[in-house]
Amino acid sequence: MANHSTSHPTHVQHHFVDSDQQFDTAKLGMWVFLVNEILFFGGLFCAYIVYRAWYPELFQMAALELNTFWGAVNTVVLIGSSLTVAMAIRSAQKNQMKGLKINLLITIALAVVFMVIKGFEYAHKFELGIFPGDFYTYEGLDHPQANVFFGIYYMLTGVHALHVLIGIGLIFWIYLRARKGEFNSEYYTPVEITGLYWHLVDLIWIFLFPLLYLIE
Amino acid sequence: MATAEVSPASTGTKKTFKVKRYIPSENPKKTFFTEERGLWAWLTTVDHKKIGLMYLGSVTFFFLLGGILALLLRTELLTPAQTFIEADTYNQFFTLHGAIMVFFVLVPSIPAALGNFVLPMQLGAKDVAFPRLNLASLYIYIIGAIFTFIALASNGLDTGWTFYTPYSTESTSSVIWVTMGVFILGFSSILTGTNFIATIHKLRAPGITWSKLPLNIWALYATSIMQVLATPVLAITLLLLTMERFLGIGIFDPSLGGDPVLFQHFFWFYSHPAVYIMIVPGFGIISEVITTFSKKHIFGYWAIALSSLAIAFIGFLVWGHHMFTSGQSAVATSVFSFLTFLVGIPTGIKILNWVATLYKGSIEMKTPMVYVFVFLFLFSIGGFTGIMLGALSADIHLHDTYYVVAHFHYVMMGGTLIALLAGLHYWWPKMTGKMYNEFQAKIGAALIFIGFNMTFLPQFIMGSQGMPRRYYNYIDQFTIFHQTSTIGSYILGVGFLLIAYYLAKSLMSGERAGSNPWGSRGLEWQSTSPPDLHNFDHTPVVINGPYDYHKPMEEFQLGLANAHDEKH
Ligand code: HEM
Ligand SMILES: [Cu+2]
Repeated sequence: MANHSTSHPTHVQHHFVDSDQQFDTAKLGMWVFLVNEILFFGGLFCAYIVYRAWYPELFQMAALELNTFWGAVNTVVLIGSSLTVAMAIRSAQKNQMKGLKINLLITIALAVVFMVIKGFEYAHKFELGIFPGDFYTYEGLDHPQANVFFGIYYMLTGVHALHVLIGIGLIFWIYLRARKGEFNSEYYTPVEITGLYWHLVDLIWIFLFPLLYLIE
Repeated sequence: MATAEVSPASTGTKKTFKVKRYIPSENPKKTFFTEERGLWAWLTTVDHKKIGLMYLGSVTFFFLLGGILALLLRTELLTPAQTFIEADTYNQFFTLHGAIMVFFVLVPSIPAALGNFVLPMQLGAKDVAFPRLNLASLYIYIIGAIFTFIALASNGLDTGWTFYTPYSTESTSSVIWVTMGVFILGFSSILTGTNFIATIHKLRAPGITWSKLPLNIWALYATSIMQVLATPVLAITLLLLTMERFLGIGIFDPSLGGDPVLFQHFFWFYSHPAVYIMIVPGFGIISEVITTFSKKHIFGYWAIALSSLAIAFIGFLVWGHHMFTSGQSAVATSVFSFLTFLVGIPTGIKILNWVATLYKGSIEMKTPMVYVFVFLFLFSIGGFTGIMLGALSADIHLHDTYYVVAHFHYVMMGGTLIALLAGLHYWWPKMTGKMYNEFQAKIGAALIFIGFNMTFLPQFIMGSQGMPRRYYNYIDQFTIFHQTSTIGSYILGVGFLLIAYYLAKSLMSGERAGSNPWGSRGLEWQSTSPPDLHNFDHTPVVINGPYDYHKPMEEFQLGLANAHDEKH
């Protein structure tokens, strides 16, 4: 029976002909998934556009409540993590396992920094009474629909933060597998596709930052 | 031993392979049923065939549930006043009927159940690209189902399957459970779509170029694209709705400065493509069955293949036709109306090509083919009435009446479900290795055809006379239509019971089906019935198109000859 007795390297699943086919397939699958993610956020961006068109002055006033400095720091942190994840993939390609593990750890650390800063930002808002929706009690913004802006703000940043958390989990899992020596220059598919996911998470933040914080 | 020059999917350049003919055994000793047996093996399997069958079982279960609800609804409508249930109960029943039939039956039915089974086989692959994700999608489906059952057991749901705001943010029924259930279900749909796209691109057997893909694969490809692009929008919509209920974030709430029509836009941006997610896989089945039973090359291969993609594309631009009466601007309604007419074109192209395929074919009226004719008849009515609804002036009158109810039942039940039955009867021998009773199957098809038309034709008439949808009583004028409709639905119910009966019986005492009982040229038929765990015991090589009925069978049974053979 020709088709299940060929000599497969252990990482190639039985239904693939060879390692290349498996790699290409995994990558294509991830790209398709990313397209799906873009449409997921697309719905929220759409809501954003509609409400910004209706209440332009609200968006300007509300953006002043957001801390541009920490938003900018977070942007730099995430861009940095995109760089380190790319370096992790590069290390895997060059068979440098130490570099792979270190870069993965730095990426995780940067992602955690992002979440901590975001946590402080949220905590500050909550102190002022800027809660989502019905729980909104802040009086410093003189606009009847102020809560709608923050509804959108919390949805966008909250869903994004959830993606960051999932990313941290994934990268940590990749790190554990790297420690067990599962990857080498022949096989690093999971590293590559997790990297793709992480780049998308960064990219979305790069859109969120100016759209929410930098409205003039 | 022969050689063939074909191009493998992974490289695209032509290569010469040594091939030989593999004739499938008519009486296989090892099949995917006999290998990896036992409950645990099934529950943890990554085999696309077992997963497909488990999906088929789940979908059948939900169809039964949705069907019982439908019969209860129709029974309530036997008399103009209250017959036996309260108005609130009626609201709950039609909501659950709609939500179950759309999200739990029609959306997953053809791709996840039949598609899962035949797609890898038609591609000559051993499995889908990501077998574990495939299993995950089944479990995600089941988790989504559990959420819906929790809703059923608590306060039910009475918003209609469309969950329109503002009512859905205020209703005291379990909106959150159901929306979360459907949200979770969406992931199962996305995973199936992603899996199929990757499989079709990367796992085709040597020789299967894009121009030799079976049309069923083209249809599933177009469907998968829509699933991946549309479902996330539904997901975010339902998430926003949930947040609206939990936190009152106000995006859809006019009293907080939000806009309920925005919900409708979001919802239909998914749900119009979703109607094509439901029907396009049905188109794929029709193309397969009609060629097999006409013993003839499909007419207009590329027209049918590309019109699926055209439908997928235009289908994303017409969602506004559900909101002609929701206060859209006049410009928007006109544009949406025009685009709605456009979407009829690729659909019409398909119908004409199928009919042209019949011309001068040697037509064999086996049960699957009977269903194809039922499909052509019912779906055409559904499609034409859709065009009428797309006309602005007519829709102002017909919107939210039974006319719309009849339209979408003709396309969803008369189209998708009939195509599903065609596919089920077509692939049943392949999936189970057993033949059903042909005579009983034809009686079943006749009952369904008669019952269906009796149920839904009167609805066009009363709808055009002003009978609104979603009411549990009505004025006397409509009595005769409603009663005819109810009796028709009972006939339909009997038809489905008959199908369940003879299919179940065939499993126990049916005749053995040969590997290729219909004499099809399709690759999935060039394996044993039921297939081996790895689908083929060789790597298939394809040199002809899937509908080349003028070429001899032996050219369709080729596979890579391996080094092992040469030694002997
Ligand atoms: C030729 C193609 C089609 C056209 C032009 C068309 C057109 C329309 C229009 C204009 C409406 C809105 C009527 C109203 O609410 O006033 C409608 C409703 C509907 N259509 Fe179609 N349609 C087509 C095919 C389909 C197919 C293939 C399906 C499903 C398989 C489908 C399912 C539905 C459903 C479910 C509704 C009603 C939704 C609701 O309000 O609950 N349609 N269609
Ligand atoms: Cu529509």
